[in-house]
Amino acid sequence: MDTKRLIIVAVGGQGNLLASKVLGEAALLSDMPVKMSEIHGMAQRGGVVESAVVFGDAQSTIISDGEADVLVGFEPSETLRALNKCNADTVVITNTAPLPPFTVGLGIGVYPEMDELKALIKAKTGRFISFNGIELAKEAGNVMSLNIVLLGALIQTGILNLSAESVKKALETTTKKAFLDTNLKAFELGFQAAENA
Amino acid sequence: MHKLLTDNPGQKMLLLGNEAIARGAIEAGVAIGSTYPGTPSSEISLALFQMSHESDLYFEYSTNEKVALEVAAGAANSGVRTICMMKHVGLNVAADPLMTLAYVGVTAGLVIIVADDPFMFSSQNEQDDRFYGKISGLPILEPSSVEEAKEMVSYAFDLSEQLMEPVILRTTTRINHSTGIVELKEIPPRVTKGSFTKDPMRCVTVPAVSRGLHVKLLENIKKAEEIASTSELNFVEGQGPWGIVCNGVSYNYVKDAVQDLGIEDKAKILRIGFSHPMPADLIKQFIKGCEKILVVEEGEPYMEEMVKVFDQEEKLNVPIRGKGDDLFSRLYEFNPAQVRQNLATYFDVPYTPPAQTDLADVPEIPQRPPNLCAGCSHRATFYAIKQAAEGMDTVYPTDIGCYTLGFLPPMAMGDFLICMGSSVSSSCGFSQATDQKVISFIGDSTFFHSGITGLVNAVFNNHNFTLVILDNGTTAMTGHQPNPGVDADLFNMSGNGRVSIEALVKAIGVEHVSVIKPYKLKKSIATIKEALDYKGVSVVISQEMCTLFAKGHKMLKPRAFYVSDKCKNHRKCIGTFTCPAFSIQGDFPVIDADTCVGCAVCAQICPENAILPLKK
Repeated sequence: MDTKRLIIVAVGGQGNLLASKVLGEAALLSDMPVKMSEIHGMAQRGGVVESAVVFGDAQSTIISDGEADVLVGFEPSETLRALNKCNADTVVITNTAPLPPFTVGLGIGVYPEMDELKALIKAKTGRFISFNGIELAKEAGNVMSLNIVLLGALIQTGILNLSAESVKKALETTTKKAFLDTNLKAFELGFQAAENA
Repeated sequence: MHKLLTDNPGQKMLLLGNEAIARGAIEAGVAIGSTYPGTPSSEISLALFQMSHESDLYFEYSTNEKVALEVAAGAANSGVRTICMMKHVGLNVAADPLMTLAYVGVTAGLVIIVADDPFMFSSQNEQDDRFYGKISGLPILEPSSVEEAKEMVSYAFDLSEQLMEPVILRTTTRINHSTGIVELKEIPPRVTKGSFTKDPMRCVTVPAVSRGLHVKLLENIKKAEEIASTSELNFVEGQGPWGIVCNGVSYNYVKDAVQDLGIEDKAKILRIGFSHPMPADLIKQFIKGCEKILVVEEGEPYMEEMVKVFDQEEKLNVPIRGKGDDLFSRLYEFNPAQVRQNLATYFDVPYTPPAQTDLADVPEIPQRPPNLCAGCSHRATFYAIKQAAEGMDTVYPTDIGCYTLGFLPPMAMGDFLICMGSSVSSSCGFSQATDQKVISFIGDSTFFHSGITGLVNAVFNNHNFTLVILDNGTTAMTGHQPNPGVDADLFNMSGNGRVSIEALVKAIGVEHVSVIKPYKLKKSIATIKEALDYKGVSVVISQEMCTLFAKGHKMLKPRAFYVSDKCKNHRKCIGTFTCPAFSIQGDFPVIDADTCVGCAVCAQICPENAILPLKK
């Protein structure tokens, strides 16, 4: 089957690994071959966490520069940093609520201007979907559901050939029961946000 | 029930490579496991640790890798299937027992899992542990995928029992931390007890015995080579005049590249999964059928050199390449595009790589290095020491753990680091060779791992430095494992012993020992100053629970602080303490109440006393 390559970038603690796990479980439920790779040595120490998810028959579990079909960014400056993974056809989905690294507070770096950031990504990729995912996560009931908001948007694009039903079912088995309603709502809000984008 | 104990053969499960290896151990009937945690291997042992709480599997976190392997050697010489896992540099620590255990052998399967870390995602070097096969004479197996990693564990145990010697299963980070779909197999019953039969002519390695054992080892290498040559782990795929020899994750990139380049009818692949001893007969046959050969392997040209040797032995003169400025690097990990490009270059296949996005106009994005957590006691300790050592010409040897991050600005407290335990022993050298003030850092787990012998050396040889032991009650960096100093009850290990660092340090003969609570800044600074003034070896033990661990165990009742309007924007808090709960908003420092754990150190630093607890 057609191979689809997805990169997810986030800041440690944003729930990136859970998001890729949900997608993996959804693929398993859908009999779709899936392989994933992640770097999470320092995930809980505020560094960047990157997951690669490869759907289809490819053997490789990592994605070379310029070869992602989709990039999902949980933090806008990290989405911009991951542009090297994209090409002119890549679909990019990003949360626009920034989480500046501590180096900015120290005056070592300058956080990019949001309008410029958006314009750059839009100009260099195939399709660009951006929205404030933090607000939607809060609306769903928990700021920690940002990861599921973005999954909703990702599934809406239809690129992965994964149905919303399979992802919702995977949410039931992989996320905590107490958060299921919040997560399902987060998924819907993200789905709608991508529809309206 | 732990998901890896699911007894439902045929069920498909999405597993992390390390979980798949742990499940492989269960499917191989492993009854005893030992480890010292180290990324990228840590989740294997975590899974076994968890499963040991709900089954008759015995698992232990040993004090270091040498100890872990010796524990395993005893168990596997008592007839019990045993697994021992570590990161690649851990095998350096365990190299001493490894080399002679290879002579002695085992009476039940012993598999040593070693996780290499190309690119050094979380390691101090990227040594290629396949060479431990050559130097020890033991078999090395290397999986290419998560699914294969699970199956290979059982194969490794059978091989170990066939040869009566340990087998090394070597992974790389991209196996350990990849996730794939695996199919569960049956769980055999565990044999948890055996017995040791005295056999001094095999087990007691005095010179007269070892001379015979080395002969046995060489015979075993021959046997292993015969097995490797017909092993299902070494196989040829496809046909054509071009040969590609590959191993591990490189096999995946090669498979994809051959397809992407459309050279399926021109190239055949020799996948090596049993890589020590190299299967001579198989490789010689393979070379004979090739016009030219490319060897694709991350790390050192381990296979390439052997393939060239086999070519020379047979006088075949087939061009063989692998590493080189125009081909593969010995540095870092590979990726699919790189392998595709190098295949195209070497075999002269027309190929235009996809256009890369021009990123020249993307502004510089602020770096996001990992950082000590909000409320991390290490940050408080570093800050206190910095104040106490003000004006001194310092050297800060440091060690391996979260606190290594103290080398980053603004603390910049970490001047020398080579391996586990090196803080203490290198301090002996620094203090002898300089007149600078040597202050070194080591965590509780690393101290038990390999700091104690250095400290004994310091007392014995009368050195002059201050060792700060950062005791946060857990092995934090690798995911909060227990160590001999922890409160066992917190780790579901009631009944385990506990070693007091303070009593141990005093028993070693350190004459100036003090204990600080690093959140109490003023008192800590005063105590540290006394330790720094002492001529000789002084030890400061800084005790405070890891905040991340405490949070996870609901041991914290955080009372967040805020920056009140008394703030005059000195920014001493954010500029010198750099707690990630802080950010600048509207040109003033603010504290994120959700992140703040209420350690209150920033409140003690603020010159205006402007940082106050939030009213409940």
